[in-house]
Amino acid sequence: MSDNPVVVGTGLTKIGRRWEDSLSDLFAEASRQAIEEAGIQPQVVFVGNMVAGELDGQEHLGLALEDGAGAFPLVPAFKVESACSSGGSALLAGYMAVKSGVYDSALVVGVEKLSEEPSDSITTALAEAADADFESYYGASFTSLNALLMRSYMKDYNVPRDWLSEIAVMMHKNAVDNPYAQLRKAITVEDVNRSRVIADPIRLLDCSPTGDGAAAILLTRPELAKGDVQVELAGMGVGVDTIGVNGRVSLSDVPATARAAKAAFSAAKIEPKDLNVLEVHDAFTIMAALALEDIGVVGKGEGAKFFHEGNAERDGKLPVNPEGGLKARGHPVGATGVYGAVEVVRQLQGKAGKMQVPRAEIGAFHNLGGSGSHAVIGVFKRKR
Amino acid sequence: MTVPRYWRNIGAHYRLEGIRCKSCGEVSFPPRSSCPKCHSKDVEVVQLPRKGKVVSFSLLRSPPNGFEAYVPYYVVVVELENGVRVLGTLTDVFGEVKEGMEVEAVFRKISEDGEEGLIHYGTKFRPIA
Repeated sequence: MSDNPVVVGTGLTKIGRRWEDSLSDLFAEASRQAIEEAGIQPQVVFVGNMVAGELDGQEHLGLALEDGAGAFPLVPAFKVESACSSGGSALLAGYMAVKSGVYDSALVVGVEKLSEEPSDSITTALAEAADADFESYYGASFTSLNALLMRSYMKDYNVPRDWLSEIAVMMHKNAVDNPYAQLRKAITVEDVNRSRVIADPIRLLDCSPTGDGAAAILLTRPELAKGDVQVELAGMGVGVDTIGVNGRVSLSDVPATARAAKAAFSAAKIEPKDLNVLEVHDAFTIMAALALEDIGVVGKGEGAKFFHEGNAERDGKLPVNPEGGLKARGHPVGATGVYGAVEVVRQLQGKAGKMQVPRAEIGAFHNLGGSGSHAVIGVFKRKR
Repeated sequence: MTVPRYWRNIGAHYRLEGIRCKSCGEVSFPPRSSCPKCHSKDVEVVQLPRKGKVVSFSLLRSPPNGFEAYVPYYVVVVELENGVRVLGTLTDVFGEVKEGMEVEAVFRKISEDGEEGLIHYGTKFRPIA
């Protein structure tokens, strides 16, 4: 097996309501940064995106974006889709393309545009992550499916509501320093607890915002990379579970995440305790707590407590989402996994500015699709 | 939704039909052409028990398109008497909803596909008084 791919370029756009920019413009903005930093052109492109077909009426997305952007010569380009984990899955495609030796370099771009549609259309489009015939048919929204897990978790482990609200508070505090974040505004536990109910017990401030954004990462073989500090993609893992929540034995854990972690950590030859920074998929506050447990950072029922005790802060035992996570940095659905990956890379490169955590040598990102149906985890390591 | 797609799922939606695997005995929902446990193709359609208990619930206030008229409504996972779990919504709720609450399946209108499209019917669950 050949060497692990290394990251030679990254790009991020600010997340938010990007009225003036098309999907192609966002794709171009993130891609250009990654290619300029790398000094090499991609031989293949993998696009992570979930709802461009539904909301923008554009399939055949890889070529449509590449041609629409005009930012580099046309090369083979493919859309990779696995709901909210589309970005992570696109990175897996890039990892496989380079590690296998089929291509020398691969550009992975997560891109999504959600701000131009009314919220009921977005709710409907995001519900397509669930089972169309047996969940969405009955009027279950994506938020309500996550709410089922939140209620079960709070009951099974006797977790106070405030502990989950505190997760949102920490994410917002972290995002204040993040120039790419959508919600750069500190909030309090009271703000969360008094915010509008979306699907009880999930309130508005438990949810990540919908926005537009793009993130890019350029991978190549180590011998083709320039520069002395290299960050390698040391391992990836994917875990899956039933599409519908009714097929799960328990509603207070996400086994797909545990399966992804096992595969990724085994490939990267690390254990959870080796991590110096972790980006988890906190589309809802409950999902951050569950992720820590299923990844193996803490035991069952201890995820929310880990946040409550301050262990996930930038100077804590294991900094989690130092850029604000999905909750406050933003969740441009199909782009999210690539944002997490870029954030880990920049931490390991020491380029995270005010968000920098100490001793960042090994980091991982976690990206979840559906209500726990599909999980992707990638481990990055700094090479000397 | 197209008429054939709607028609294909009528058994599951109207009569709460699942499948029983003749190889391993597993009963599951929704119906599939193979057993999700042992993957045998030797499966038969069975009607699931119509009574069960609420495993978890969410009172939904921000609905997808087409469900505005029902807000707020409860989304629930129900564990039927044979252990098979089904996702659905509650109807005829007048009191407090709790985990473990006993419910029964009833035939109800679910939504309308616009003003000229199909009217979708299916199963909802109501508390057993």
